Amino acid sequence: MDLKELYRDVILDHNRKPRNFGRLDPADAHADGHNPLCGDRLTVSLRLSGDRIEDVRFDGKGCAISTASASMMTEAVKGKSRGAVAELFDKVHSALTQQDAAVDPALGKLAALSGVREFPARVKCATLCWHTLNAALERGAATVSTE
Amino acid sequence: MATPSPARPMQPAAAFEAERVRRDFPILERSINGRPLVYLDSAASSQRPLPVLRAIEEYETHSHANVHRGVHALSQAATEAFEGARERVRQYINARSTREIIFVRGTTEAINLVAQAYARPRFKPGDEILITGLEHHANIVPWQMVCEQTGCSLKVAPIDSRGELVFDEFLKLLSPRTALVAVAHVSNALGTVLPVKRIIDSAHAVGAVVLVDGAQAIPHSQVDVRALGCDFYAFSGHKLYGPTGIGVLYGRESLLAAMPPWQGGGDMILTVSFEKTTYNDLPWKFEAGTPNISGAVGLAAAMDYLESLGLQAVAAHEQKLLTLATSQLQRIPGLKIVGTAPHKAAVISFTLEGVHPHDLGTILDHEGVAIRTGHHCAMPVMTFFGIPATARASFGCYNTEKDVAALVAALGKAREVFG
Repeated sequence: MDLKELYRDVILDHNRKPRNFGRLDPADAHADGHNPLCGDRLTVSLRLSGDRIEDVRFDGKGCAISTASASMMTEAVKGKSRGAVAELFDKVHSALTQQDAAVDPALGKLAALSGVREFPARVKCATLCWHTLNAALERGAATVSTE
Repeated sequence: MATPSPARPMQPAAAFEAERVRRDFPILERSINGRPLVYLDSAASSQRPLPVLRAIEEYETHSHANVHRGVHALSQAATEAFEGARERVRQYINARSTREIIFVRGTTEAINLVAQAYARPRFKPGDEILITGLEHHANIVPWQMVCEQTGCSLKVAPIDSRGELVFDEFLKLLSPRTALVAVAHVSNALGTVLPVKRIIDSAHAVGAVVLVDGAQAIPHSQVDVRALGCDFYAFSGHKLYGPTGIGVLYGRESLLAAMPPWQGGGDMILTVSFEKTTYNDLPWKFEAGTPNISGAVGLAAAMDYLESLGLQAVAAHEQKLLTLATSQLQRIPGLKIVGTAPHKAAVISFTLEGVHPHDLGTILDHEGVAIRTGHHCAMPVMTFFGIPATARASFGCYNTEKDVAALVAALGKAREVFG
């Protein structure tokens, strides 16, 4: 178990310079995520265009894994449909938790997070943003359906 | 035991030998991630020395049966061990009587017992419970529950930027409406030692009853409940080098006697009929069900052990480590110690600029250094300082200067990883 496996350069880079950082205003939906174990909080806000995520940002304070994961997630999901986002999250989740599985090449940059699998206490740091995105998407759906 | 050597007259007579103490703790021989374990998380839970492990094994191997139940030899042996442990605790904190020593699961349960059996039946709208901004959730939430149940209200005395209670503000919040004051003896998140004697005297002057959460104080100092004059004192075994699942509520006998039982069941009754049940005497009135017998035995052994080391010698050793670690950590660029009260237990909470405490925890663990990271069950303290979390290193009798050096080196590693 090597620390460099967890803190890869791409993760440190996204932690230092998070992409799509801040809040969208106006937004079609946003959701707050909280990891009470470490105190991490983040907000995901998004604008939808039909079934697609037109724009997405995240805001909040967290550890390097949670910040980098959120930053890379926003880059990966922008422009994607809900179905494609769900599929991607499944792949990310497998990469984070399945010890022996090969990392899906379709993950691209997100594959850098797979070092987390050696550090079970940190998996939740990496998934917080995805759960928050899902909550925002559900709210977005609710908003859309009432209009 | 060490005897002073005439060849080295300048050495203090009771030189504390942490290296020898370490040999009493088998877990410290472990390695973590291929490195020797450096255990700096005693404020969360301390490790157990061999005499505690052996006392538990001895009890379980030779003396176990249920207590207060049978006439057979083992039941009597178990009862003697359990009640002997109670007497050991009484001596340790200098309570007047074993009737004032209630065995509970830990500090949390002790506080909940007082909340539900003392406060809940008595308190009314208009009554106030006064706590401080330093409290652990276990000394906040039980009182919030009592407020919801009775309509009384919770007041919080503020802390300052050093993490000390603002005593004048505390005094301003004290009034004849104050029914109960509940304060930590030592802050778990920051290590601040609170002026509990002054708090107790001031509270008594307005007629308030005082509960002291002693979870973090009992491993670091001699606690004398009569000298303090507190009405309730709560602590846990596992922070005192004893087992988990055992703790103590000390209560002034007159108060305990007037309180209704908290939980019903076996052992807390004298007679039971479907018409009327009479309750047992103190302390058993508050100990429904089969207690944690081996836990009590282990706790008593831990008290023996700590006294054999010398409480003052342990405290002096820990203070030396605190001073050393504080000065070394302060030299690390970007490191900020949170909680800088002049009078602290051997606890250092800190943040390192650019490295989240959670990342620090992982990197330090990788180097074999175990620290606590997070909000330390004291979210209001974190909110006060405007931070989500800190890293916290805490020291016990088995820590050495080498551990401080390992902490400093591991923090250097964190800096290296994060560039």
